[in-house]
Amino acid sequence: MKEAIIKIRNLTARYEEETILENISVDIYPREVTVILGPSGCGKTTLLRNILRLKQPAEGFVEIFGQNITTMEEGEYEAMLKKFGVLFQNGALLNSIDIYENISIPFEQHTRLPRKIIDRSIRVKLELVNLSKALYLKPSELSGGMRKRAALARAIALDPEILFCDEPSAGLDPLTSSSLDELILDLKRQLDMTLVIVTHELASIHRIADKIIYLDKGRMLFHGSVAEAKSSDVEEVREFFRIGAF
Amino acid sequence: MSRKREPSSFRTKDGILYLSGKITKYTIPELWAEKERYQEYSTLERIDLSEVKVLDSAGVLFIEELVERIKKSNPALGDKPAEELLINYSDQIGYSLKIFSQRSLPEPVEKEKIGFFESLGGSYFEIRDAVYEFLLLSADVFYWSIIGLVKKRGARKGSLIHQSVLIGVDAVPIVFTLSFVIGLIVALQSAAQLRLFGANIFIADLMSIAMVREMGPLITAIIISGRSGSSIASEIATMKVTEELDALKMMAINPIRYVVVPKFHAITICMPLLVMISMLIGILGGIIISVVYLNLSFSAFYNQMLNALMFKDLVISLVKSTCFAWAIVIIGSFYGFRVEGGAEGVGRATTLSVVTSIFAVVFIDVIFSFFYLPK
Repeated sequence: MKEAIIKIRNLTARYEEETILENISVDIYPREVTVILGPSGCGKTTLLRNILRLKQPAEGFVEIFGQNITTMEEGEYEAMLKKFGVLFQNGALLNSIDIYENISIPFEQHTRLPRKIIDRSIRVKLELVNLSKALYLKPSELSGGMRKRAALARAIALDPEILFCDEPSAGLDPLTSSSLDELILDLKRQLDMTLVIVTHELASIHRIADKIIYLDKGRMLFHGSVAEAKSSDVEEVREFFRIGAF
Repeated sequence: MSRKREPSSFRTKDGILYLSGKITKYTIPELWAEKERYQEYSTLERIDLSEVKVLDSAGVLFIEELVERIKKSNPALGDKPAEELLINYSDQIGYSLKIFSQRSLPEPVEKEKIGFFESLGGSYFEIRDAVYEFLLLSADVFYWSIIGLVKKRGARKGSLIHQSVLIGVDAVPIVFTLSFVIGLIVALQSAAQLRLFGANIFIADLMSIAMVREMGPLITAIIISGRSGSSIASEIATMKVTEELDALKMMAINPIRYVVVPKFHAITICMPLLVMISMLIGILGGIIISVVYLNLSFSAFYNQMLNALMFKDLVISLVKSTCFAWAIVIIGSFYGFRVEGGAEGVGRATTLSVVTSIFAVVFIDVIFSFFYLPK
């Protein structure tokens, strides 16, 4: 039995008086692609932000690599972050600098690698996401799909052990979305990563998910494989896959 | 927890370089130093990776750097493929070597370098375009401001009052305070000199002429440049970056009419009023110093001030302050509309708007001073 890489226990998140997530407990295993899905406003992104400690839960905690990320010291948290790659919904590239400089940030801030190795690493990472020609372009000069790929190159800059993606295919056409999914899976194989992906796009879920966590109105209704989800006892989950199928 | 002290080593024996342990981004700085210290590359023919436990992408690139170094120092290796120099590696290490190799990379495209004359020419065209855009924007703003007086369509309801409060009413406390303090300082500095010559009464001439002709309009314009000019530039720049201006255009709403004109009307009304407040409060500062420090009576100050001032001075000052106001709005809008990039672009637009507005205010003041020199 594999040891869980991420353990979420009794996690409750509130915004002012409103409960966004209620008593979520789930394990995420290494080298698996876990997709957090559910209808809009169900708390998917809030769950991701709580896992990453971008928000503090009202109750409960998250353990990653056996350490409680919710309560750990700032120094330990920063060390932990070096094992993560995060792909934000809109890419979150710094617009004022070019792609080369964007990807060099984690290298410059977290390693003491010689300039030559940093330079080559940036080129390799951009080649992995098929974007080597965009080296000196600014994010505003790239299309939506290219921006996502550049952001992905930055997220995998330090060969993270876990890659978190928030709506990677949001705003992309089906072909670009499909190729981005393929790219993420390919990178997962190459870098031996664990993936946690927030999405509500069914086509994407079918392509990439090993496990799914289904949320609805802040509650976790289902955790299991896609096949299990389709024949789940939970009506909302079955319905989600039935309506989304075409 | 920390991965910075992972064991790794770099040693050579019988023409073979043995790497061992973890070759990762955290161990490379030390290995790189050893690589630089080592001088006998010409004696090396192979790199043994049998003891390498972990190899990340940076590690692969480090090994490739070593391979290049060995081949360069050892011409006997000729055109031998790099893979042949690497021996005894596991499948996993081989997989990493394949994935992260830079050999499959396309030739790096160098950043285009711009020569001096090219950059000079570029600057000329940039300035020419900027001047053209500025004139076009000014014409648009004046056109839509006049149209806006008669046609209410395309404007936000209540925007004139809202902008007047933001630009005018909210600025009263700062204009009041600064004008009063500056009035006190100017009066105090002048009073000490005038008293030496027994010319105490002329403090009224000095304060009234200074505050009405120059200080009042200038103090107010500089405050409004910093307060409202920056706010106009950053608001419009943010709207452009977040595509709000495009959204307005797509709704067939003219952004200048909708966003700039209410500010233009509001500042045209508020600026002269703020300037009058500044003049009065500055002179009040002068009166306080005259009464307390020079023992002048209020009526003596008042009568002397009426003798010194002409109605024309007030009118010119108010006309001048209106020109300042227009310059502040148009410059703020100009930089707002021209913004490029994200957050940094907005910041740059705001800074440029304030600096240029203050420069424009001083420049306009110089022009007025030349045309209306006191006879």
